[in-house]
Amino acid sequence: MIDVKLQKKLKAAGGDLFLDVEFKIRNGELVTLYGKSGAGKTSIFRMIAGLLNPDKGRIDVDEVVWLDTEKKINLPPQRRKIGFVFQEYALFPNMTVLENLKFALGKGRDDLFIKDLIDIVDLGDLQYRKPDTLSGGQKQRVALARALVQKPEILMLDEPLSALDYEIRNKLQVYILQVHKEFNLTTILISHDISEIIKMSDFLIELDHGKIIRQGIPAEVLTNHKISGKFQFVGEILNINRQDFIFIITVLIGKEIIKVVADEDEGKKLSIGDKVLIASKAFNPIIHKIN
Amino acid sequence: MDWTPLILTFKLAFITTIILLFISIPVAYWLAYSKSRIKPVMETLVSMPLVLPPTVLGFYMLIAFSPSNAFGSFLDKWLGLRLVFSFDGLILASVIYSLPFMVHPIQSGFSNLSSSLKDAAYVMGKSKITTLFRILLPNIRPSLLTGIILAFAHTIGEFGVVLMIGGNISGKTKVASIAIYDEVESLNYDAANTYSLILFFITFAILLFVYAVNGGFIKKFWQ
Repeated sequence: MIDVKLQKKLKAAGGDLFLDVEFKIRNGELVTLYGKSGAGKTSIFRMIAGLLNPDKGRIDVDEVVWLDTEKKINLPPQRRKIGFVFQEYALFPNMTVLENLKFALGKGRDDLFIKDLIDIVDLGDLQYRKPDTLSGGQKQRVALARALVQKPEILMLDEPLSALDYEIRNKLQVYILQVHKEFNLTTILISHDISEIIKMSDFLIELDHGKIIRQGIPAEVLTNHKISGKFQFVGEILNINRQDFIFIITVLIGKEIIKVVADEDEGKKLSIGDKVLIASKAFNPIIHKIN
Repeated sequence: MDWTPLILTFKLAFITTIILLFISIPVAYWLAYSKSRIKPVMETLVSMPLVLPPTVLGFYMLIAFSPSNAFGSFLDKWLGLRLVFSFDGLILASVIYSLPFMVHPIQSGFSNLSSSLKDAAYVMGKSKITTLFRILLPNIRPSLLTGIILAFAHTIGEFGVVLMIGGNISGKTKVASIAIYDEVESLNYDAANTYSLILFFITFAILLFVYAVNGGFIKKFWQ
C-alpha cells in the first residue's frame, strides 16, 4: 500500500498552482493519473520519486516512511526503490543500450536478469546500439527495461507512450501490462489517452488544478455511470448523421470504423471529436473464426 | 632567436589549464545547479576577468602579494611562496584571469543537458559523484573541449596581468606576448614579427581544431 499526502505551491505556466492531494494505491494495481497538462501530475510523480520536495506531506510505502515533513524524514531518490520511465526517455547518450541497462544494475551484481529483460522487450538486435540511433518506440522499450533492472516494487511511467504512433503504442501497452503482471509491480502511469487508460488501468485518479476531482474504476469515472457490460471499447466520433428520430454515430475504435445507433436524447449530447465508450450489455456476441 | 619566451608561454598555458580544469568543473557544476541566493554574486566574481582591465587585476595582486605587505610576507615566510615577479605568481594570475573562459562553456554544457538524465541516474541509486563522472561529464565533452582550449589560448594571449605581477624577467616571467612588446620597444621588429607570427598561427590552429572537432568535421573525415 502506498499512502500519499502532498502539498506544494507550484509555479505553473498559467500562474501559481496549489497542489494538495491525498490518495492510496493498493499493491499490485496499475493506477493512472489523468488530467489536463499543468494539473500537477508530473510534480506528484517527482515528489514520490524524491526528485522534488513538497512543502508539506507524507509518503508511506508498505509501512516504511519515505517522507514526513513533520518529522523531517526525506529519503533521497537513491534510496526509494522506484523504476522511473521519463517522458523523454532519459537514456544516457554516451552508452549503448546494454551499457544503459548495466549502469542501472550497478557494479558486481548478477547480470543474468538483464538478458531476461532484453528478451522480454525484444531488444536483442539493438543492444549494442547507441540511443541516438533508435526510433521512439525502441527508446521507450529500452527505458522500460532499464527501469526494471533494479527490480523495483513500484514502476512509474510519465506519459510513456504519448509520442508514439498508434501501432507501436498498442504493442508497448502490451509490454507494460506484461511486465506489470510478471514482476508483480505496483505501477503508476500518467496518461492522456482514454482508451489507453481503460485498457490498462485498475484505478484512475483525475486531477485538475492540483486537486483530485474524481477517482475510481476508469470506465465508471470517465463515463460518469456504472456499466456492467462485458464488451467495451473506447473510440472517437467521426461523424453524426441524423435519420428521422435516430442518430447514426460513426465511431473510430482503434483502426476500425463502426456505426452505432443512438436515440434522439443521446445523439444531441454528442459532437464530432468526442471520446465515447461503446459497451454491449444484453446481447450475446457472435464469434467468427478468422482464417 | 630566443625560444625561452615561447617555451615559457606554453608551460604557463599548460599548467594553468590543468589547474583550471580541476577548479572549473566543481564551480561550473555549482553555478549550473545551485539555487542559492549568493549565486549571482558568484557568477559576477567568476565573470569579472572578462570585463575588468587586466592591469587592475595585476595591480591588486601586486599589492596583495608584495613581501612588504602583511599577506605577502606571511606567504613568503611560512609557505616560501613569492608570488610577485615569479612564475608561480604568473600561474595564479592566469588561473584567475582565464577562469571564466573555462567555467562558462562547462556551465552552459551542464545547463543544456536534459535534467532528466541526472534524475534518471539518482532514481537508479547512483550518487552525485558517480552521476557526474559517468553521465554528466561524458555527455558534455564538446563543452569540456571548448573550455580547455579557450582557457589555454587565452592564457597564451594574456599581457597586462602578466606584466603587472611578473614583470619582464628573462627565463622566469618573460612570456611571448611580453617579449614582443620588449622587442618592439628596442626597435627589433624582426624578432617581434617572428614571435607574433608563431603566436598567430598557433592560436589559429588551436581554434580551428576546436571548431572542426565540435562541428563533427574530424569524425566525418575519419569515417
